Amino acid sequence: MSIAIDKDKCIGCGKCHTVCPGSLIKIGEDKKAFIKYPKDCWGCTSCIKECPVYAIKFYLGADIGGMGTFAHTEKDGYILKWIFEHPNGENSEIEINQKESNKY
Amino acid sequence: MKTERLKTDILIIGGGTAGCYAALTISENSDAKVLICEKAHIKRSGCLAAGVNALNAYIVEGKTPQDYVDYAKKDADNIVREDLLLTMSERLNAVTKRLEQLGLVILKDKNGRYVTRGNRNLKINGENIKPILANAVKKLPNIDVLNRVNITDFFVKNNRINGAFGFGIEDETFYIIEANAVIVATGGAAGLYKPNNPGFSRHKMWYPPFNTGAGYAMGIKAGAEMTTFEMRFIALRCKDTIAPTGTLAQGVGAKQINSLGEVYEEKYGITTSQRVYGTVNENQQGRGPCYLQTEGITAEQDNSLKKAYLNMAPSQTLKWIESGKNPSEQNVEIEGTEPYIVGGHTASGYWVDTKRATTVKGLFAAGDVAGGCPQKYVTGALAEGEIAALSAINFVNENNSVPIDEALIEEHIEEAERFLTDNNSHFTTEQLEEAMQTVMDSYAGGIKTNYRFNEKQLDIADEKIVDILKLSENLYAEDFQELMYIYELRERLIVCRSVIAHLKARKETRWHSFAENLDYPDKDDKNFLKYVNSRYQDGKIRIILRDLVEGGTVYEHSY
Ligand SMILES: Cc1cc2nc3c(=O)[nH]c(=O)nc-3n(C[C@H](O)[C@H](O)[C@H](O)COP(=O)(O)OP(=O)(O)OC[C@H]3O[C@@H](n4cnc5c(N)ncnc54)[C@H](O)[C@@H]3O)c2cc1C
Ligand code: SF4
Ligand code: SF4
Repeated sequence: MSIAIDKDKCIGCGKCHTVCPGSLIKIGEDKKAFIKYPKDCWGCTSCIKECPVYAIKFYLGADIGGMGTFAHTEKDGYILKWIFEHPNGENSEIEINQKESNKY
Repeated sequence: MKTERLKTDILIIGGGTAGCYAALTISENSDAKVLICEKAHIKRSGCLAAGVNALNAYIVEGKTPQDYVDYAKKDADNIVREDLLLTMSERLNAVTKRLEQLGLVILKDKNGRYVTRGNRNLKINGENIKPILANAVKKLPNIDVLNRVNITDFFVKNNRINGAFGFGIEDETFYIIEANAVIVATGGAAGLYKPNNPGFSRHKMWYPPFNTGAGYAMGIKAGAEMTTFEMRFIALRCKDTIAPTGTLAQGVGAKQINSLGEVYEEKYGITTSQRVYGTVNENQQGRGPCYLQTEGITAEQDNSLKKAYLNMAPSQTLKWIESGKNPSEQNVEIEGTEPYIVGGHTASGYWVDTKRATTVKGLFAAGDVAGGCPQKYVTGALAEGEIAALSAINFVNENNSVPIDEALIEEHIEEAERFLTDNNSHFTTEQLEEAMQTVMDSYAGGIKTNYRFNEKQLDIADEKIVDILKLSENLYAEDFQELMYIYELRERLIVCRSVIAHLKARKETRWHSFAENLDYPDKDDKNFLKYVNSRYQDGKIRIILRDLVEGGTVYEHSY
């Protein structure tokens, strides 16, 4: 899998660049983040969780079953909301309460 | 080129699980100066970047540390260090408590007791486990952190460590760090073998592709004794997403079945290697693909599973969503990963004593980089970080630091500068990485050969890896990030050579798949209830067979 950064939303805060465990994200001369090595993404989603304006989405490569859905998170206190944007234009969501531990 | 010289009492290489906890321990127990060098950023680096779903190593009520030792010993069919396992197990519960104090959410029952999963696991919300550790480190006054500094070599003279060499991939600076003691905590090695999906998703692997075996390679180059590299780790994972299967197996009781619907795990046994082997065999005999049987679980379980995976392996949840079917509607296909070298799961790594001292004086090892002590997981890595830290404190109290040899410094800087200036390589780092993975896949028991190999193949593998090492001397780097890629490739190649030598030295098959030697398909207790150790000397890997350290006894170095 890999990630995509929405340049229009990005405010250039650099948080995604800080957390990437592979140092794959760089800040361009336009002060916007971009992923320099998309094939090297581990898919850890650290960058996605950091982005204050939800500009980063992740997707599965076609070689591992990707069909074009993009996922990102939004945070509201302890609630982490995962939003899935499907290729047909529809969205779906899953909410996670970070105060609760996993059932499994 | 910019060069910076730093001096510290204790240098920690790798600010991951064990490294961060070692720093905390030192700060709480002494006023020694600590410097952490981390190739990424400690907030989300290493194994814990994505978060974890459980604490896999905990002594539950009614069990003892010795029970944990017995379990790990059985799983590895005796090739473990019981002294290391015991000293780790005795600390598991205390480090868990500490993690909770630092802010980790651990599930509790009505009476305030931890909720356990199976015999050894605790359920947690571990999504933010790494930021929790990193925050704790950040608050401490005597700890400095250098992020985005990749360490490539130790400075060792007369078998005594004096510090380490590395470079900042963003500040483009060479670092020469003098230290009285060093704790290496760089994790294990991924990317030696061709991965399941070598194309666009080549890094969608289980183990972090950024843990490239640097700590092993530095130790090998410095002549440290290493152990059990032949016990490779192959994970049984959800196909394509490489998401862990434990949550399905233990969470909703999903059984391993073949395409005929037969439960096959009983046929092969339930140790980690037997589960992989069973799946390989079922596929080979035409009964694949294999699955974890989730069809028929409840809608509530569907939801909980999707949430659990979002916390630790979100691509699996996305995969369910992409396929348009919940786990209750389709079984989850499973496959073995490519082999990794990871001392937190198997027993590969530095040959250490109970103080986590390596055979190089002043060098300590903790976590996935340290050998002899499998099934460490998160809490075991913390426990070893703590032990290594306490030992390093003692060491710096009793020893004075030794200045680094200037000639060695020059040598390292010259080597790095050569990669940055001489642009006459026919090949790119990426091409040589592919070449290495193809060799390991074909001749050293990769996915291609169902993890099996024979001696002839191993000889071919070694010859070819040596060739690639030679080619890698001429690689060219545009910038310091590419320079890091060259060093990563070269450290992988060095680790590959040791893995091949160890696989060849264990002339038996003790663990299916992990080390399945077709020339010696049976277990040989008479000759191989032994550790296969090695030391690199004058360009050669020398194998040392050592007797097992039996329960109740301990092994300490005598240098
Ligand atoms: C995907 C995944 C899921 C897991 N899930 C669980 C679970 O649910 N429960 C459980 O108990 N265990 C789990 N484990 C196991 C556990 O996370 C590891 O065993 C443990 O975290 C290893 O700790 P470590 O300190 O050895 O390595 P890490 O935490 O990976 O630390 C190594 C650090 O060294 C840095 N580094 C590497 N090379 C260099 C260099 N040359 N210079 C500077 N820095 C360097 C890395 O960036 C990293 O920060 C999981 C492991 C993985 C990979
Ligand atoms: S998902 Fe992880 S590896 Fe990929 S770009 Fe984001 S932070 Fe880096
Ligand atoms: S975290 Fe988000 S806003 Fe900040 S630099 Fe990255 S993409 Fe841009």
